Amino acid sequence: MTSRFVYADNNATTPLHPEVQKALIEALPVYGNPSSMHGFGREARSRTEAARETVASFIGALPEEIIFVGSGSEANNTVLSIMGCPATDCTCDRGQRTHIVTTTIEHPCVLETSGCLSGRGTPVTLVPVDEYGVVDAERLADSITDQTGVVSVMMANNEIGTIQDIKALAKIAHDKGAFFHTDAVQAVGKLPINVRDLGVDFLTLSAHKIYGPKGVGALYVKRGVPFCPLIRGGHQERGRRAGTENTLGAIGLGKAIEMRSLEMADEESRFRVMKERLKQGLVDTVPDIWFNGHPTASLSNTLNVSFAGAEGESILLYLDLEGIAVSTGSACASGSLDPSHVLLATGVPIERAHGSIRISLGRENTLEDVDYIMSKLPGIIARIRDMSTVYRRK
Amino acid sequence: MSTHQSWAYTDKVKDHFVNPRNVLREDDYEEDGKGIVGNIQCGDEMLVVIQVDKEAGIIKDCKWRTYGCASAIASTSALSEIVIGMHLDDAFKVGPKQIASALGQLPDNKIHCSVLGDKALRAAINDYYERSGQPEKVIREQSRIVCTCMNVTDLEIEDAVLEGARTLIELQEQTKMSTVCGKCKDEAETLLKVYIKKHFQ
Repeated sequence: MTSRFVYADNNATTPLHPEVQKALIEALPVYGNPSSMHGFGREARSRTEAARETVASFIGALPEEIIFVGSGSEANNTVLSIMGCPATDCTCDRGQRTHIVTTTIEHPCVLETSGCLSGRGTPVTLVPVDEYGVVDAERLADSITDQTGVVSVMMANNEIGTIQDIKALAKIAHDKGAFFHTDAVQAVGKLPINVRDLGVDFLTLSAHKIYGPKGVGALYVKRGVPFCPLIRGGHQERGRRAGTENTLGAIGLGKAIEMRSLEMADEESRFRVMKERLKQGLVDTVPDIWFNGHPTASLSNTLNVSFAGAEGESILLYLDLEGIAVSTGSACASGSLDPSHVLLATGVPIERAHGSIRISLGRENTLEDVDYIMSKLPGIIARIRDMSTVYRRK
Repeated sequence: MSTHQSWAYTDKVKDHFVNPRNVLREDDYEEDGKGIVGNIQCGDEMLVVIQVDKEAGIIKDCKWRTYGCASAIASTSALSEIVIGMHLDDAFKVGPKQIASALGQLPDNKIHCSVLGDKALRAAINDYYERSGQPEKVIREQSRIVCTCMNVTDLEIEDAVLEGARTLIELQEQTKMSTVCGKCKDEAETLLKVYIKKHFQ
């Protein structure tokens, strides 16, 4: 058995921050329903509202602009479903503009919701990205019509780490009278974010990507922006998301955000050093590789690399045997027959997408972890290439 | 961390993945037959080469190279072990089920990896017949692929019926056909009726 474990799949999910774990354990006995007027309810409510204030202040929002939800996917589903809702006979004040503009590299929860709406008659436009995964701002602007309800662009991509100029894109949308949503699940807690400065109308975030618990996220909805609940039947979250509040989840998210505000500033430079060491190490030791994503406008914790002649799932599983956890854009690992839609959207040839892995660093990773990865990865690639039909030792 | 108690696949797959048998490493291997199937664009490509005892018609040696996932690598490795020492006629009949069972079964979405291995072997055997001046022995597969996602042919559907499949669900369970895009469902149901009638009615 391997002597060391290195978890380098932090864009998939993160380990709980020890402080979050403590806060959760401490909060476990809080069982009151925040909607109840008695003391048990009031305690749960005050804890939930304190968490809401923490989340709001972290992104420069007002507490009433934060809706706790069950996941980033739920938040994204909500925004697209209400803004692209084809119904014209309800009392929702969204207006008649239903056209959705989004991009080819969004998370499946955005793309599939858009696809579903499209099937019901909502017009949807997917804006392409360049070879680095940067959204084509001109094409985006051209796509927005007087029928466009919302423009949705991911702030930082989960697979390749590319960061979009959200402020500029939001302005383009607003200039044409459309609302703007950003899926900031991978950006919150890694990049400084202020919703007023960005000028976004909706923003999605998730707890488990920032060392918080799974099953809780938040949706920022700017005051005055039309809204309609996706989950109905309760007055919770100011009538915008029915269902008894996940008090424990909200407390966990609040604590995770609090810890991010203390720790994220120092992390950036640390990750840059680690990522650079990984890149340089790979360039020095492994021939025929390609880095995917933007060389600079990219999350400092995310490195996506393709290897000629080596299939991603094999790489992932050989690394797993050494105690190293990464992910891959290969089709095999996903159970589908197509490799990563993000890599393909950036124009990466299909075989290079099959041969890609993503290393995503987290707060617990060290330079020793990077050295451990580099002590194993080149040998693994050589070994896989040695039995590959398409890559021969030179 | 305690997640290493079980692996993504069976222990046998892991064994073949970690210690692959009969990998073709030499550049000057003198093969009597060679077959290559799959496509790197689809994520799997397999090369199988054989040396044949011409008197006895037995596969003396079988080597391979594979581009693909763990189960693709393990499938080709297991195949090479199965067929060394086998008569060509028997080796020609080795199917994905035999490979999967030698590996202690594969997950449903990985069966197609093992389908490629036996195809590559049959291509190598046919290549041997061509090269050794016995073109009359080449068996061109008369089958036709019905399910392109899972590479399932009409002959495999017939086999499944002979083995007891009577409904589309049973057919899907046995062959894994019609489990991806579903385009072949109608044809699968038609063929199911045809073969049930042919053999059992």
